[in-house]
Amino acid sequence: MSSKKSWHELEVGVVLPPATSVGYKTGGWRVFRPVWDASQCIHCMICVNYCPDMAIPIEKSEQGAVGKGGRVYKGAVRKETNFDYCKGCGICATECPSKCLTMIREEEAEQASCKL
Amino acid sequence: MPTLQDIALKTDGVDARLVSGHRMCAGCGIPAVVKTVLAASDKPVIVLNATGCLEVTSAVYPFTAWNTPWMHLTFENAAAVAAGVESAYKALKRRGRVEEDINILAVGGDGGTYDIGFQALSGALERRHKFMYLAYDNEGYMNTGNQRSGATPFGASTTTVPAGTASFGKAQWRKNLVEIAAAHRIPYVGQAAVHNTLDLYKKAEKGFKADGPAVLAVLQPCTTNWAYDPALTMQYSKLAVETNFWPLYEVENGVVHINVKPAKRRPVEDFLKGQSRFKHLFKTENQHLIAEMQQMIDDEWTRLVKLEETGVQL
Ligand code: SF4
Ligand code: SF4
Repeated sequence: MSSKKSWHELEVGVVLPPATSVGYKTGGWRVFRPVWDASQCIHCMICVNYCPDMAIPIEKSEQGAVGKGGRVYKGAVRKETNFDYCKGCGICATECPSKCLTMIREEEAEQASCKL
Repeated sequence: MPTLQDIALKTDGVDARLVSGHRMCAGCGIPAVVKTVLAASDKPVIVLNATGCLEVTSAVYPFTAWNTPWMHLTFENAAAVAAGVESAYKALKRRGRVEEDINILAVGGDGGTYDIGFQALSGALERRHKFMYLAYDNEGYMNTGNQRSGATPFGASTTTVPAGTASFGKAQWRKNLVEIAAAHRIPYVGQAAVHNTLDLYKKAEKGFKADGPAVLAVLQPCTTNWAYDPALTMQYSKLAVETNFWPLYEVENGVVHINVKPAKRRPVEDFLKGQSRFKHLFKTENQHLIAEMQQMIDDEWTRLVKLEETGVQL
């Protein structure tokens, strides 16, 4: 009690290893799901930079991806949305200049994928 | 010149400085602000985070969405701790214990910046610590459910200044954080908005490179407490700029430069429409408040343009 601790003897607070939240899937929050029409995409990266959940994966591609007008888009290209994290806000669909994203109700998407 | 591609490549994936799995609201603009600003640092970056929306949602024990050294702080001391970190870093460097150059970023919401952390911020700017302070401004204490802050605009209804028969909401105009920061004669102050990724990125780059403290105020519409469809966050940010409600400008070594001048200023109603906090302003008896607001916006804009034109140093 009486002896004062010096600063380096103080107890360390909580220290967490980095980027562990990727283990916490937020996709279950979704009410709407963005459906992406790759054939209309111009790979402009607007949706990627806006997405609050970093749920639109991209890759650097030399050979590129075929998008709107059958053109091959090179450099950074987007891929299918990562539904583990997408919360379904709809920002991507509102902002896409090529209108290649449509929001549908999550249950419709799930039912469609569960047809026996 | 950075492109949207360059920025996207730096912010995407598990190697980015802020990763998926955080618990910010669906449609929140904060992650887009923070990831873009972090991408603009070409050096390792230490983040000091005041309590607020970003802090409580990005590190919910035992998870963290941060992939860069980050510290959770109280509302009032983000800038003070940034100052301490910078001093410690300089001391270690002097003794040869670290060699690498780094950037230091303090982040707070408007409550933690305009109000509670204001004194620490002013002190750190005055002592000229080399760090950048980022304020993401959603115009109120939104994490705790929409209480009025020094950044809440005139006419907005909040839980602490609710609109009703005795009040029309907040009766005062908000503080001008950019000019307050510039009054400390620091090398760089910028005002940006979440929808303009390139402008935000460039301002963050300048702030990190500044020879001394820098402040960045970024508008960040709040889907939850402005109560609009979460898909519209970037649209509201755009409207704030197109109505001159939130001009994009910067103050470099005291000199004002306006980055975006709307070709035709849209009426403020376009921005107010659809937000629950301004709903009451559209009642017939309150229409004069909208006119008053429009006048304030136009006066502020005229003043800003004059500052730019005369080149007078702030
Ligand atoms: S905004 Fe649209 S066009 Fe651009 S990358 Fe995203 S989906 Fe493709
Ligand atoms: S709906 Fe929202 S969270 Fe999902 S991919 Fe689009 S922008 Fe990201």
